[in-house]
Amino acid sequence: MTLVLIVIGAVVGAPLRYLVDRAVQARHETVFPWGTLSVNVAGSAVLGFVAALPVNDGVMALVGTGFCGALTTYSTFGYETVRLLEEGARFHAVANAVASVVAGLGAAYCGLALAQALT
Amino acid sequence: MTDRPIDPDVDLHVPAQRAEPRGPVLAAIAVGGALGALARYGVQVALPGGPAAFPWATFWVNVSGCLLIGVLMVLITEVRRAHPLTRPFLGVGVLGGYTTFSTYAVDVQRTVAAGAAATGLVYLVATMAAALVAVVVGMRLTRRLAGRR
Repeated sequence: MTLVLIVIGAVVGAPLRYLVDRAVQARHETVFPWGTLSVNVAGSAVLGFVAALPVNDGVMALVGTGFCGALTTYSTFGYETVRLLEEGARFHAVANAVASVVAGLGAAYCGLALAQALT
Repeated sequence: MTDRPIDPDVDLHVPAQRAEPRGPVLAAIAVGGALGALARYGVQVALPGGPAAFPWATFWVNVSGCLLIGVLMVLITEVRRAHPLTRPFLGVGVLGGYTTFSTYAVDVQRTVAAGAAATGLVYLVATMAAALVAVVVGMRLTRRLAGRR
């Protein structure tokens, strides 16, 4: 059952990452990867929220491992950062790495705070 | 700007990706994402750890996924023309579903909450460093094996 829940979450999360990335990237002209940053921050907020709730293993498999895991990505983040360096956009590369970590962690703590306020 | 993308998921500077057909692409991403997420779960089951321990499972998932995206992107953008669904299926789907940023962030949160802030900080920095090195190694190794540069 756990595996089925992970699949359901991932089948929604992975295409949603692509669609959000597309939509965000279509709205600016810079090389900065705002799209990936957006999904990673949003997914970190949702996971921070769910992980702080008294939920059962099924919900964690569906929303945590499946949905948030597939919505967010480290491979895309890593590749983008390296490609920005390759293209000589050192400031963008460093800003992407720092912003992703700071905003991702901040979002996870916002999720946690919201969950604690609700329970 | 070359035709090599910055964003491996979807780069709208590349005309072919701007015109990508939504249906087949989304289906390929969904199937790939499910496979990737299951593989990640497999690693997490194989390498369990307590809340204060270094999150090795997520670390290896993200580092290996970064190595593979480096290999994949060089193969499909520099070595040979791939089927149009290769990037959506393997890159966006499988590797995007396999690696995770949300678990990385919450892992740090969890180690700090468990009183192991130093472990969390080392994990935060080590994952970032190892992941970026892995992308570079994947790209360079593939270029060398393919006889490029």
